Amino acid sequence: MRLGFFVRESLRSMRRNAAPSFAALATVLVTMLVLGVFIPVFQAATGAAESVRGRVLVDVYMKTSATSAADARVQKEILALPHVKSVSFESKEQALKQQSKQDPAAYALLGSNPLPDTFHVTPDNPGNVLIVRGELTPKGPDGHPGLIDPAIQNVSNHTEDTQKILTITSDVKWILFALTVLLVTASTLLIANTIRLSLYARRREVEVMKLVGATDWFIRWPFVIEGVIVGAIGAMLAILLLAVTKIALLDPLAANWSLIAAPRTIGFAWLVIVLLASGVAISALGSGVSLRRFLRV
Amino acid sequence: MSVSEPHNRSRRRPVAPTTRAKKVSRPARSGPGAPVIEFRGVSKLYAGGDIGLDQATFSVERGEFVFLVGSTGSGKSTVMRLLIKEIDCTDGMIRVAGRDLEEITRRRVPLYRRNLGVVFQDFKLLPNRTVYENVAYALQVTGGTRREIRDKVPDILRLTGLSTKLHNYPEQLSGGEQQRVSIARAFVNHPPLLLADEPTGNLDPETSIGIMQLLYRINRTGTTVLVATHDQAMVDKMRRRVLELSRGRVVRDEATGLYARDETTREFAARLRGAGIEYPEV
Repeated sequence: MRLGFFVRESLRSMRRNAAPSFAALATVLVTMLVLGVFIPVFQAATGAAESVRGRVLVDVYMKTSATSAADARVQKEILALPHVKSVSFESKEQALKQQSKQDPAAYALLGSNPLPDTFHVTPDNPGNVLIVRGELTPKGPDGHPGLIDPAIQNVSNHTEDTQKILTITSDVKWILFALTVLLVTASTLLIANTIRLSLYARRREVEVMKLVGATDWFIRWPFVIEGVIVGAIGAMLAILLLAVTKIALLDPLAANWSLIAAPRTIGFAWLVIVLLASGVAISALGSGVSLRRFLRV
Repeated sequence: MSVSEPHNRSRRRPVAPTTRAKKVSRPARSGPGAPVIEFRGVSKLYAGGDIGLDQATFSVERGEFVFLVGSTGSGKSTVMRLLIKEIDCTDGMIRVAGRDLEEITRRRVPLYRRNLGVVFQDFKLLPNRTVYENVAYALQVTGGTRREIRDKVPDILRLTGLSTKLHNYPEQLSGGEQQRVSIARAFVNHPPLLLADEPTGNLDPETSIGIMQLLYRINRTGTTVLVATHDQAMVDKMRRRVLELSRGRVVRDEATGLYARDETTREFAARLRGAGIEYPEV
């Protein structure tokens, strides 16, 4: 039916306007290549920043004399505080086992267990870690910070370090985000501009079609289908290049260099789908939308 | 100011059969007396302050052949652009086949245009399509089937004398041939109204006669034809109704009653060639 006609029309116009079509294809190819490299890099970097932030915890050390009843009470109290996501308990025995693994000789010398029971408190958001710390050590009537429970010996205090980690990782995330926005905007504009140029060369054709009584969509469909074809071919070529690079360069390196093999980066199959979809969508939308100006006849 | 001449009505012919054209939005059926074109106090003021038309009033009856003359800037092209609804008038009312153009929404403009055949001075052919495909496009636009295209296109190209050029591209044709293609495209749907804006403006006199002959032949099938031109000599010899515009006003509207109403296209062409020294016999 109509679809066949529209596809034939777009193939014809690509054949007859080979140069602009090729320019659009090359633009899509380059953009998708850049995106294809940048997406995993972005993810590895944010992943690294996230995992650093994820390690920001508040440790609550119990008095060595604390009973298991006191442990249960404190755990309940901590869980009741706002901004607390989870609490994990590490008994003094577990702590000793853990530590003596690292330095068996030293702990063997000690004989007895000097380590306290510990609660590792994870905030609902790394940014809230200082709030949680503040809640665990409320200011007493004399203005000095106290503790919420007498069975607690002390609460870990690395305010300055924590602050630094939070600021730096958050800056890194913002910079990466801004770069991504910039990159995506620039590539969209680049593709749209190339398409606009090729449409501009054919604006008279569009005008004639309108004067003969063609509806907007009758004119638009071949252009959109052309955008889909150009976008798909461009994205597929980019994917091919990326795959070659991945197999020839990255995979041998990944064995030795852990950042490349970071588990948090996108899988290649997903990357293919994302690139193909965005290439086709940007190019088809670009054609359809850019055409609007020339349809006002 | 009603300017339709009583004797014009006697020339009215049945409209060419158009029932085969599919998906064409017909204008509201109106009484047999309704003019094909009716301008009532139409003004067009362009954005820059230029006057395109100033209170123009005239009407064209079914089956008429009318010349629209006037110097450059007199408003001829404005009339044409208003009729194809490329622009809208600022004041007044335009009716085509009884339908008020004001009421046609932007979305329905393409459907309206399928009722018109339009021929331009610069031909406006699609450069990367052959003669055959250019004419076929007008049918494809209206949803014409392949079979319909196979039936109609060769017919109309034979009528316009282009049977041997089917697979040529426009750039391979002479100006006269290109204009014939454009007329074939305009007429392939058998529209009730054919508009021609300076159809001979780019052509030499002898070729112009051929084009006029073709337009006359189309007129004889019952199609109303409106031709804008500044070719005064041609108009004088054609002896058809003449509307003259000057600075957007209708300053002359006369039907020259001196021609034989039923002359054949051959007689018509002979008269064109013989009537003036500008057009030598070939």
